[in-house]
Amino acid sequence: MIEARHLTKVFDLPPARARRALDTGTDRGRAVREAGGVLAVDDVSFSVQQGELFVVMGLSGSGKSTVIRMINRLVAPTAGNVVYDGTDVGGMTRQQLRELRNKRVGMVFQHFALFPHRTVRENAAYGLKARGMPRRERLQRADRALEQVGLGQRGDAYPDEFSGGMKQRVGLARALTTDPDVLIMDEPFSALDPLTRRSMQEQLLELQRDFRKTIIFVTHDLNEAMRIGDRIMVMRDGRIVQLGTGPEIISRPADGYVHDFVSDVDRTRVLTASTVMQPPWVTATLDEDPASVLARMEESRGRGVYVTDPGGEIAGVVTPALLSEAIAEHRADLGDCVGDDYTAVPDDTPLVEFCHLAGGHTVPLAVVDRNKHLVGVVPRARVLDAIASAPKDVNEHA
Amino acid sequence: MPRIPVGTAIESALQWLVDHVGGFFDALSAVLLFAVNAVYTALATPMPFVLIAVFGLLAAVTVRSISLTVFTVLAFLLVVGMQLWTQTLETLAVVIIAAVISITIGVPIGILAANSPRVSVCVRPVLDFMQTLPVFVYLVPAVFFFGIGVVPGIVATTVFAIPPAVRLTELGIRQVDAEIVEAARAFGPRPGQVLREVQLPLALPSIMTGVNQVIMLALSMVVVAGLVGAAGLGGVVVNGVTQFNIGVAFEGGIAVVILAIFLDRVTSALGGSRGSGRRARAALDMLLRRRPREETDQVPVRTAA
Ligand SMILES: Nc1ncnc2c1ncn2[C@@H]1O[C@H](COP(=O)(O)OP(=O)(O)O)[C@@H](O)[C@H]1O
Ligand SMILES: [Mg+2]
Repeated sequence: MIEARHLTKVFDLPPARARRALDTGTDRGRAVREAGGVLAVDDVSFSVQQGELFVVMGLSGSGKSTVIRMINRLVAPTAGNVVYDGTDVGGMTRQQLRELRNKRVGMVFQHFALFPHRTVRENAAYGLKARGMPRRERLQRADRALEQVGLGQRGDAYPDEFSGGMKQRVGLARALTTDPDVLIMDEPFSALDPLTRRSMQEQLLELQRDFRKTIIFVTHDLNEAMRIGDRIMVMRDGRIVQLGTGPEIISRPADGYVHDFVSDVDRTRVLTASTVMQPPWVTATLDEDPASVLARMEESRGRGVYVTDPGGEIAGVVTPALLSEAIAEHRADLGDCVGDDYTAVPDDTPLVEFCHLAGGHTVPLAVVDRNKHLVGVVPRARVLDAIASAPKDVNEHA
Repeated sequence: MPRIPVGTAIESALQWLVDHVGGFFDALSAVLLFAVNAVYTALATPMPFVLIAVFGLLAAVTVRSISLTVFTVLAFLLVVGMQLWTQTLETLAVVIIAAVISITIGVPIGILAANSPRVSVCVRPVLDFMQTLPVFVYLVPAVFFFGIGVVPGIVATTVFAIPPAVRLTELGIRQVDAEIVEAARAFGPRPGQVLREVQLPLALPSIMTGVNQVIMLALSMVVVAGLVGAAGLGGVVVNGVTQFNIGVAFEGGIAVVILAIFLDRVTSALGGSRGSGRRARAALDMLLRRRPREETDQVPVRTAA
């Protein structure tokens, strides 16, 4: 697990003067600027869980690269620290830091940063070479990593013979040969064309599913962030403006900056059933008396009600017609009168996959969690709202 | 304004050096003389035609140009025909020694300067001074320390030729893509590994341009060194000029030009300016690899049976 605490970085000032400027309290950015420095990262705290794909997003110059480089101390923080699996990275000896970089953390770069004078295989083997592993063994392992990224037979080529997508596969292989727990990827797909980018994203997701690496992924592309990120940290001018899951950010942007970012994303692919659903107005359980259910339904002017069994799963729906019938037959509970005129979707279904189902029945669409429990409903109007716009109160901030 | 006695101060400083560390200069002088003689002997031992064939081969292999190969062979035959072969080899020996010294001093300083802004700032004015001070001005103190002959020529030549070695090494290393250097650092290499395996190989074209300039400057300086009694083509030219013997002076000058063209083409081809950069880098890579480690690397690991 990686924990960043109050990370702050000032460039172009000696550390002592930088700290003095930071201590002024009121407007740190301005104080640093007036002292002649750049406040690249300003008091950023977050933690990344084992196996998480954590995305850092923001416009160019917002401090993304600087933040992630403080994790393996390629950039030394001016203030704050990073704790890696309980150890303070700032307190590590040279040897420990080398080991962290060599064995725990792999890195992938925006412009690939391959060594042009080495073959692809030697590029992939670089981390192991730095470790001092014998040549034969490291080249074998490099070949295995190249195979993982689909370049198994191309180890003898030189990087300049490759297209961008292939180069970045080599970059990925170089990061994977050392078998790190954490991958830090600084805009790895930004230099690729959209189709290649898409397939690389898919490959990365597959890789993460198979190997459960912790991945810290920088991008300035929200669609990319939404597609792959478990959580997204949005940065602006060196600060965090919002940290949350993709759907959270889309449905509740923290401010106008995030809202502008969010406005051109394909919402139907990001919003899931759980983010657009609402609590059901009325529900009933199987053992209830039909008359009281009918009374409740009439009060809320609904045309149908979901009925759950004792375990919380959906047993079916009842409508006024079905209930009247049951009352006429003097039934004591709903056991035999539930109908099945409804559709249920899992709560992580993207909007694009269920929006055509909303409004197809007398009851709204049901949303169920992993245990098949009813957790909410999506009336047709909610679908339209979600596709159409962000919440109104956000526009006022913009 | 009163006269400020800068000259007197420098003179007494030099005198102090001669008085107190004269032994050092004598030893240095002996070493240099020995080195030049050794190189000269090595060059002069084979028949001229053998060496000319070697030069032709060198041109063919490095530059891969038939016309340059033909030129090399014919031009050096002309030198033999002008009976300037011995003097040309003397000059070549001085150039080689001066270039080797300049490079072994200049490249490490360039590396330091590339990695430390402070060193860079301190070194720059010194280099400016070394390069712009009129060359004759070095010759006098060089004679002062080392006497008349080939040694002051070497020393003055070396001082004059160090700046491009430093400058182009620093420039070459600074020009290496920062992201590539960062990528190398990101994998926790051993100390010195990034310099040896990434920065130097990638800076090689620039460093080789520096080497080329060092050699060309050394060659131009060697002629001037003829003034203080260095033998070789410089001596030929100086004699021709002082005796108003235009023919002799031109012959010496033509031999210098031939040597210059040959050395320039060969060394600039080594720098990879013409395509084979990767090959040269790979070669340097090989040279810089740690011998013992790589040799053990070749041996397959045997497990006890
Ligand atoms: N080595 C550096 N020296 C000086 N300023 C820097 C350096 N690296 C980054 N900066 C500045 O810090 C800010 C954040 O940069 P960076 O972290 O690269 O942003 P991003 O990766 O989001 O584009 C920018 O204003 C940039 O100019
Ligand atoms: Mg960046």
